[in-house]
Amino acid sequence: MSDHQTSLDFRANAARAIKNASLRGALRNATDTFGDRRGSAFEVIPDLDELRERASTIRLEVLDNLPAYLDQFTAAATRAGAKVHRAADGAEARGMIAALLKERGAKMVAKGKSMVSEEIHLNAHLEEAGIEVVETDLGEYIIQLEHETPSHIIVPAIHKTRQQVGRLFADRLGVPYSEDPLELTKIARQVLRDKFFAADAGISGANFAFAESGSLVLFTNEGNGRMVTTIPPLHIVILSVEKLLPSLRELPTFIRLLPRSATGQAITSYVSIITGARKAEELTGAKELHIVLLDNGRSEILAGACREMLKCIRCGACMNVCPVYRTVGGHAYGWTYPGPMGLVLTNLLTGMKKSHPLVDASTLCGACVEVCPVKIPLVELILKLRQRRVEEGYSSSGTNLGMKMFARAATVPGLFNWGERMARIFWPVVSRLGGKDVAGRLPRPADRPFHERMK
Amino acid sequence: MRVQLFGTCLVDAFFPEVGEATVKLLRHFGVEVAYPPGQTCCGQPAFNAGYRAESASAARHFLSLFSQGDDPIVTPSGSCAAMVKHHYPELLRDDPQLSKQAEAVAGRVYELSQFLVGVLRAHEQDFTGRGKITYHSSCHLTRSLGVRDEPLTLIAALRGAEFVPMPDATRCCGFGGMFMAKLPEISCALSDEKAASILASGADTVTGCDSGCLMNIADGLKKRGSSVRVAHLAQLLAEGL
Repeated sequence: MSDHQTSLDFRANAARAIKNASLRGALRNATDTFGDRRGSAFEVIPDLDELRERASTIRLEVLDNLPAYLDQFTAAATRAGAKVHRAADGAEARGMIAALLKERGAKMVAKGKSMVSEEIHLNAHLEEAGIEVVETDLGEYIIQLEHETPSHIIVPAIHKTRQQVGRLFADRLGVPYSEDPLELTKIARQVLRDKFFAADAGISGANFAFAESGSLVLFTNEGNGRMVTTIPPLHIVILSVEKLLPSLRELPTFIRLLPRSATGQAITSYVSIITGARKAEELTGAKELHIVLLDNGRSEILAGACREMLKCIRCGACMNVCPVYRTVGGHAYGWTYPGPMGLVLTNLLTGMKKSHPLVDASTLCGACVEVCPVKIPLVELILKLRQRRVEEGYSSSGTNLGMKMFARAATVPGLFNWGERMARIFWPVVSRLGGKDVAGRLPRPADRPFHERMK
Repeated sequence: MRVQLFGTCLVDAFFPEVGEATVKLLRHFGVEVAYPPGQTCCGQPAFNAGYRAESASAARHFLSLFSQGDDPIVTPSGSCAAMVKHHYPELLRDDPQLSKQAEAVAGRVYELSQFLVGVLRAHEQDFTGRGKITYHSSCHLTRSLGVRDEPLTLIAALRGAEFVPMPDATRCCGFGGMFMAKLPEISCALSDEKAASILASGADTVTGCDSGCLMNIADGLKKRGSSVRVAHLAQLLAEGL
């Protein structure tokens, strides 16, 4: 893929984002709100840690037996009347979906929110094939109008203020300017309602899928998810392989954890469970249901040391509390998934060559680990990736040399103390290392170091 | 009682007064302080940057100095204590002898406030304090070592001082060791945000248990032209004896 060639320049992206005052204001407000709501929502859960542990165990067990669960899911979904396709990578998935649409002469697709579809750049590909794609999640609709990508996995337009959305709607839809969120929602709803009925197909993702019954589970708030999955005659679901749960029995654990972690809701407005296509006796539902199971690098992650990343249920809690994400927003990460889960997943899915700068995008403060509903050891994973970067030769030669010198000095106290002395003597020069924002932020070294005072 | 003191490299080079305050406090409580000579760095900068071999060198040096005896090892830094406690055993696990030493040392290491409250029960004595004090809860101290209440318990023992909490006290100050050099723009933005929280608290002194964070916080406050004093908790307690 062409976007795998050069490495992401996280530092430059971040520095640009930091200068954008409206972006930072929008991020601060939204992440604070979600953080606070999350906290209150969990107050009613008596033993949150036990619940998270249980969720983690369920997810790990699925990962340990993934091939068997995938076979079970495929058989069950097929029995229920769905067609299941396996795609090894994005290109294969895009090709399958485009072919399904073309075979049925589809001209327009209504789409529900799906980060996996973002990961494989599905919209751009379908548009190239002459198919109109309309995003129907409000946030996704906003960024589609703006020709942007999501900057948060739950709140795709988190970087936008309502004033910006008001101007965007006035520009693109020819409606009078309004900055009232209710009015803006009403406008979008009017435009989108017609699309659902005109669409030849609906494309959605899914939050979970049950291996036992072949069912798909969607947590949504706006109602667009139900429209996308039930009104058009054809429903295509794109599902990354790790999203399986054994059965409906495991769902309550995740109903308690996912909405609370994501938006601080006790439950989302809708929890939809879809099993197969519409049956003869049923009144609603798509007549045809196709499920594309996408691997796109997951099997490789599963076989490696960072497999716990695949426990992720995409709640976004880690980014809401991440000091780095809160400061720079999602676009700075340069790919589909931002924040702590995003930098790890991006690195694993796109490779060290492209995304080694992302592994620096953490202070290792551990706030993400504290909120993760499935206990992904994000700090440990980031440390592993940093080690991998050194091993694979993507760290700078300057840092390599500096670390060699550090290791030598750390084992030879005379040398270490000499280094301290030199730094003190040449402080006017040393303090300029890295520009005024690096060594210039340190105080001048003390005239008599502590070890001399302890003699 | 006797302890071995690990001063840390930041205290050695930049903040010897924090080391001296630590010694004064420990001695006040009747503790004999041994300072093994030849101390360098715990190796965390290399470890956090992904340089395993280099940080293992520092870890081996640390073990060569601190492996004798079974006295507690006390250090005025949550971050360095967490490195020794949690990462040394993992870092040296392939060497049977060293990993045994690392496990033993990990079991002996205490961050200063943890030792003062948990072992010496220092908070049961009154210290003289003054002014309004706010507290930054540093990340590794809180989330890796699990030391949340001890510093607050000690601040409460500073009679005459008023504790004023800052908003988002547990949010990272943006230091992050090498992070401040790798992504200085973000680091500065975070330290500015932390400075704003401190100013919002109305405190005249901000304290904490990690010199790295306090150094970064001092820079953030300086850039806002603030006169709020930045002091390690060891200093406030030693001054109040």
